[in-house]
Amino acid sequence: MVKLEKVSFAYPGGGKPIFDQFDWEIGSAQSWAVLGPSGGGKTTLLYLLAGLVLPQSGCVTIAGQVLTRPRPQTGLVLQDYGLLPWATVAQNVNLGLQMRSFYGPDGKHAPRPAVALPAQTPDFWLERLGIAEVAGAYPGQLSGGQRQRTAIARTLVLQPDLLLMDEPFSSLDPVTRKDLQSLTLQLWREAQFTFVVVTHAIEEALMMGQSIMILGGTPGQPRVNQLANSLFGQPLDRDSLPYRQLFDELQARLGAN
Amino acid sequence: MLLNQPVLPTPLVVGIALIRELGRGELPLHFLASLWRVLASMLLSVLLAAPAGLVLGQSPRLNRIFSPFIYWLYPIPKVVLVPVVLLFLGIGDLAKIVIIFLILFFQILVLVRDQAAALRPELIQSVRSLGAGRRALFRFVYLPASLPAILTALRQSVGTAVAVLYIAELFATRYGLGYYIFLNGSTLLNYPAMYAGIVLMSLLGMMLYFGVDGLERWLCPWLRAGQPGGNPH
Repeated sequence: MVKLEKVSFAYPGGGKPIFDQFDWEIGSAQSWAVLGPSGGGKTTLLYLLAGLVLPQSGCVTIAGQVLTRPRPQTGLVLQDYGLLPWATVAQNVNLGLQMRSFYGPDGKHAPRPAVALPAQTPDFWLERLGIAEVAGAYPGQLSGGQRQRTAIARTLVLQPDLLLMDEPFSSLDPVTRKDLQSLTLQLWREAQFTFVVVTHAIEEALMMGQSIMILGGTPGQPRVNQLANSLFGQPLDRDSLPYRQLFDELQARLGAN
Repeated sequence: MLLNQPVLPTPLVVGIALIRELGRGELPLHFLASLWRVLASMLLSVLLAAPAGLVLGQSPRLNRIFSPFIYWLYPIPKVVLVPVVLLFLGIGDLAKIVIIFLILFFQILVLVRDQAAALRPELIQSVRSLGAGRRALFRFVYLPASLPAILTALRQSVGTAVAVLYIAELFATRYGLGYYIFLNGSTLLNYPAMYAGIVLMSLLGMMLYFGVDGLERWLCPWLRAGQPGGNPH
């Protein structure tokens, strides 16, 4: 589904490359967590997957097509500030559809209708994400959890086949965070999209990713490796030995230089 | 006799004069002339300054080039340019509109620029990921984002604009509240009529201020939406 081949990337004027000849393959409907410290390039990796930045060399291929611009079937949920402050929840959720009718199905900004899958309406997603009662409110009036639910609803209305999330729950309180983590996993199981979530929390990576991509090391000397998550799908018990072992392993790979 | 009129007539006398002058047909024309000049300059300034502010706000490179000019031109009290503008543009409506335009233009330009520069990149990236190109970004992000700035700038400067209009209308014109006030005060010595003109000009200022305020309430409802338990964004 997603393939990065020999991708090298450095920000202009930034000096050392963040990624150098980086390879990665993500299978369809898989769930990956990208784990790394702040400033370690996780968001950059996500932006590369989203087509918001382009690699200096190498290429990113999604569903067989080389990525040259943001892809209409890819959904992106950022940590915060993704919603239009001047639009209500209902209007925000509807924004993607508005965008598509603004351009028409040109294949560039909006997908050409290839599969006749019935799409769910924005109202369905408002209900599904539990924000139907605040449909008329503005983002400034919502809690962090409600804002993220709105952002997720807005993305899912467009039936993405690839969902990218950048530390979506890190600014939420632990209870809301757990709620939304479970909800997102449930939605993933229902809709079967390919899922990549970026996080700096090891526990979140263990909860959300079938496989974990670890971006460790230091900027300029990145160390990248992957791990299959043997604990995926099971309720996480912090006191159990498998959990502690996996946790320590990840921690070691994160910090190792 | 007119020369015996007190310099400070009672409100009742002014009220009567106002009604009488409005009825005579001359005062409404002066009011409309002033109103037209202010509205025209407001429209012109928004149409030119808003896009310019958006461009400067989103392009650090262009902003670096123009910033020094704006920095030096912005604080100049535009009222001192009245004689210059009249010299170049003559005595018609255009000169007066241009003078007010100059005041409003810089206010709107600076506020829109700062608002556009403050747009969070995460917002732009999120909307781009929904498939938005430049046109959609303008329509769905930049335009609504700059509305509060435009309306605030208008609201802040409409007072100065009316004041400068008054001064501009003192020179070589036959219609306008400034002319009317000055004529009745200095030449005709018809103080009640002068005060009637002053009242009307004050009303003009208030009308414009509350008009812009009303526009802001109507077009920017999210600014006044309360925050019950949510984080301020």
